Amino acid sequence: MGKDGIEAARRDLVDALRRVVGADRTFTHPHELRTYESDGLLQYRALPRVAVLPGTAAEVRDVVRLCAEAEVPWVARGAGSGLSGGALPVADGVLVALTRLNRILEIDLDNARVCVEPGVTNAAVSAAVGPDFFYPPDPSSQVVCSIGGNVAENSGGAHCFKYGFTTNYVTGLEVVLTDGEVVRLGGEELDAPGYDLLGAFVGSEGTLGVTTKIWLRVVPSPEAVRTLVAFFDSTHAAGEAVSEIVRAGVVPGAIEMMDAVTIDAAEQMAHAGYPVGRGAALLVELDGAADECEALFQEVVKTCERCGSDDVRVSRDEAERALFWKTRKAAFPAMGRVSPNYFVQDGVIPRTQLPEVLERIDALASEYGLTVANVFHAGDGNLHPLVCYDGRVPGEAEKAEELAGAILQVCLDAGGSITGEHGVGVDKRKHMSKMFADADLDAFQRLRCAFDPAGLANPGKVMPTPRLCGEVPGPYRQHPLEASGLAERF
Amino acid sequence: MFSSVSEAAEAVRELGAAGTAVRPVGSGSRAGWGGGAAGTPLSTAGLNRIVEHNPGDFTAVLEAGVPLAVAQKQFASAGQWLALDPSPGGTIGGLVATADSGPARHRYGGVRDLVIGVTLVLSDGTVARSGGRVIKNVAGYDLGKLFTGSYGTLGLIAEVAVRLHPLPAGTATAVAGFSDPSALARAAADLARRPLEALHVDAAWRAGAGRLLVRFGGVTAGSQASSVASFLGQADVVADDEALWDAQRAGQRCADGAVLKVSGRPTDLDRVLRAADAVGGSVVARAALGLAWITVPDPALVKQVREALAPRAVTVLDGGDRVPDAWPDVDPGAAAVMRRVKARFDPARIFRPGAFVGGI
Ligand SMILES: Cc1cc2nc3c(=O)[nH]c(=O)nc-3n(C[C@H](O)[C@H](O)[C@H](O)COP(=O)(O)OP(=O)(O)OC[C@H]3O[C@@H](n4cnc5c(N)ncnc54)[C@H](O)[C@@H]3O)c2cc1C
Repeated sequence: MGKDGIEAARRDLVDALRRVVGADRTFTHPHELRTYESDGLLQYRALPRVAVLPGTAAEVRDVVRLCAEAEVPWVARGAGSGLSGGALPVADGVLVALTRLNRILEIDLDNARVCVEPGVTNAAVSAAVGPDFFYPPDPSSQVVCSIGGNVAENSGGAHCFKYGFTTNYVTGLEVVLTDGEVVRLGGEELDAPGYDLLGAFVGSEGTLGVTTKIWLRVVPSPEAVRTLVAFFDSTHAAGEAVSEIVRAGVVPGAIEMMDAVTIDAAEQMAHAGYPVGRGAALLVELDGAADECEALFQEVVKTCERCGSDDVRVSRDEAERALFWKTRKAAFPAMGRVSPNYFVQDGVIPRTQLPEVLERIDALASEYGLTVANVFHAGDGNLHPLVCYDGRVPGEAEKAEELAGAILQVCLDAGGSITGEHGVGVDKRKHMSKMFADADLDAFQRLRCAFDPAGLANPGKVMPTPRLCGEVPGPYRQHPLEASGLAERF
Repeated sequence: MFSSVSEAAEAVRELGAAGTAVRPVGSGSRAGWGGGAAGTPLSTAGLNRIVEHNPGDFTAVLEAGVPLAVAQKQFASAGQWLALDPSPGGTIGGLVATADSGPARHRYGGVRDLVIGVTLVLSDGTVARSGGRVIKNVAGYDLGKLFTGSYGTLGLIAEVAVRLHPLPAGTATAVAGFSDPSALARAAADLARRPLEALHVDAAWRAGAGRLLVRFGGVTAGSQASSVASFLGQADVVADDEALWDAQRAGQRCADGAVLKVSGRPTDLDRVLRAADAVGGSVVARAALGLAWITVPDPALVKQVREALAPRAVTVLDGGDRVPDAWPDVDPGAAAVMRRVKARFDPARIFRPGAFVGGI
């Protein structure tokens, strides 16, 4: 299409979108657009030019096609629960909200598969296949977050240490590419021949296309579940217990740790009778075949005691187990009562580095004069330090953000990663080059350009700086647009 | 020959600049897979270091040319293993490139699920990393998955970081015999719905008879196997079960006929067993996953098996160099994206040109 055609398509875009999804599903008024101005990360806000709520995969395809014709960028949005600003709209772009695509299309338990639309919530999948089956990836946001968002972020949760992440459960995707082409990546079968584009798509944060249909693998629910909470004098001692449990060859369904600040805050909210003032709590859950589970659980109890816990509480029934989990899951909201504001950081470390890393985080907190609460998935070393601050105190938010960044550097120095589950989004772009060299980022860009040469899908996310899809892939060559000063690369 | 990643990069850059077609080679055991062995061999024999083994973190970093068996020996000394058990032989690089897997796939997933980071050498000599050394990480795109099963057609896999697992405390296998494919398939389906935590669930079939093998690991492996044996009825429990599983792995290879890999669904098992019988073939199947390997006595029978199992994808592994079409057709839309991926990662088109699906 020539330049005039693009201009015309741009001018007519909103009208054309209305024709596709209906006037009552097309929003352009700033008041209406407010709903979409940010995701769970409220620090970043932008209003799109227009938001649409398509109701079918075909409408999504037509919306994307119109955007391609007008060369207008678009951002897919699930439930908007993302914590890295992944669904932040592009100002002047189109926001495609997928909440109306929320049908469970097929349940095929003979093949342990379900096929869903992207707007279905994570929790709804387990509900649909239960009680005999369940869908293991379980982000804490599971009652609201969408499967489409989970696929885009490769979301995980407490059960991932044993069961793996979203990427281990998605077997197929229907994707609308940025030129409006609809393709099938993978399917209901494993090991579809060809490149594992499915594997590359999961975790791509909405930058390679929009998913309109998702095939998931589900697994039989475990025969038995055993849960305990053990209290320790320090996170160091609790960390030792985690290492001992894992070293013994036990792979718990979940191992979650809370530090002193978190225990106190969570107790105020959940009232589980947790002892205030203890250094650390470890929640350990084993699941599996009943005999095996029971035998290993007794080992875990002994290991906790050997590692210095004088207070191991074993859940006696489902109600008590739920209370243990409620306390763990209350940790984030509870922090709101302790501190007016906080940043949730999301870094990963090799688990054996836990004691050193927690010490360094403590030291940094003192240095900055701020409180950092730690609650995390101890099994896979995914830390969620909550950096507390008071937004009313001038400069404190900036200081907290700096501290959160310094914590990521600690994670990287320990051999870890800048994000374990929340994604890079807009929030962590600036940290990407601390983890990856330019050549690595360029290799990412090759994938991006293979899917989306025009850069219309969620531009400005993931990569540290906007990059162009030059005509010739490979080592850096100046793009004509750069030479002319019209675009900048870094 | 190169003995470091930077030397490999230099070598590839020169070949790329000259436009010389190359073929990465590990130990060459799967050289015929996916057809054609054209191209200058690019041996990873000099990339043979175990760069890191972090027992406490259950991770390791390996250069591509490390034989799997050598790596496993190292891991076993710490009570661990890389939960991949393909037929014997093979380097880490070759395994990742072919995404080959054995019975452990049932419990631990395939190569794609165990690789947590990769170092790649692209045709212009670029050395690029993706992923990392921790088991949970979502920073950047997962190029490890893209290169897993790429058969050396996108670039050289120079280094791989993997997740390890504890070696099971003990094992035991329940074995039940069948002479009716439907009965075997039904038993497998019933098992798959139960809350068992089996290590492996496999089927073996030849000439109208076969068996279902269910292996357990852990401190109570024996009693778990016994309870499954009584569930199946007429089943034995084998405690010393290594040979049983070696036979399963061996059933995925064939020197003179052809081995066809079927990407199917669990409910296809019945059909797969019958299709094999019809051509005088044998089957090894990951019964609860829908994956099956059919050995046929003659590569000329590929077409007949494909027709019987359509629309499931059937790839020719062993014998792939003796048939005109080792690869099945793939979704045309996805194939177009694959071609664009190839063009971006290997613009010089030197890595096994023409050897992959759709003539990529
Ligand atoms: C209280 C709380 C707890 C949380 N706990 C966890 C946790 O334990 N583990 C975890 O991993 N995350 C957690 N999260 C983060 C968040 O819930 C996940 O990232 C979730 O997957 C986002 O899903 P969503 O539907 O809200 O996506 P959104 O926030 O709407 O979007 C996220 C990204 O996905 C893209 N996207 C959405 N739908 C599609 C689609 N159909 N096709 C292509 N791209 C799409 C968007 O463009 C964006 O980049 C938590 C969030 C909150 C608020």
